[in-house]
Amino acid sequence: MTFVKTKIELSKLQAGDILEVQLSEGEPLDNVPRNAKDQGYNVIAIEHVEGTTHKVIIQK
Amino acid sequence: MAETKKLSIIAFSGDFDKLTAVFTLATGAAAVGYEVNIFFTFWGLDAIKRKQGRSFTGGNWLTKLFGFMMGGLKVTPTSRFNFLGAGPQIFRYLMRKNNVATLEELVEAAKLLGINLYACEMAIHVLGLKKEDFIPEVKDVLGVASFLNLSEGGQTLFI
Repeated sequence: MTFVKTKIELSKLQAGDILEVQLSEGEPLDNVPRNAKDQGYNVIAIEHVEGTTHKVIIQK
Repeated sequence: MAETKKLSIIAFSGDFDKLTAVFTLATGAAAVGYEVNIFFTFWGLDAIKRKQGRSFTGGNWLTKLFGFMMGGLKVTPTSRFNFLGAGPQIFRYLMRKNNVATLEELVEAAKLLGINLYACEMAIHVLGLKKEDFIPEVKDVLGVASFLNLSEGGQTLFI
């Protein structure tokens, strides 16, 4: 579901725009950057925020 | 990607939990690039009715009564733990609390992702319904032969 939400947000953006997604460790953090790359989006950075929360920065 | 992958789901059940499974699979697959078709038949049609509550939608008194008893998305029962209709509300509460998408959010996501929604021709005929009784996102009213055509070459699930 996290990627579903990410994908919907990405669809609202223009090419070159940046989307920041906050994710929990585990499945979402494995799956969102992988699928974004598979679909031709540019994963710029994955940063640790706090606790089990991470931030993924994706460029359309 | 070489060719588009495809998932086709026959949504037969009108249960809250099974419809949640339908839409979770469908949106997940669509988000990773699958072409997704959902063919709603019989009880499953409740998910795509324009009127999400209970209403006397139908052709004659009998189908109107069925229409009222079946209702729409907002009044779907759970297959277990329904507790006279309290069950779905409890699950909605648990889903929101755990930041999991509710059935309504999944249906909205399905629309945004361009998932192809179809209604079964025979079932809507039996239940006295018309294409206008369904949400405008429903692409077409189809029979088995057309659904088989659409689903050919992909994976098919019956839920």
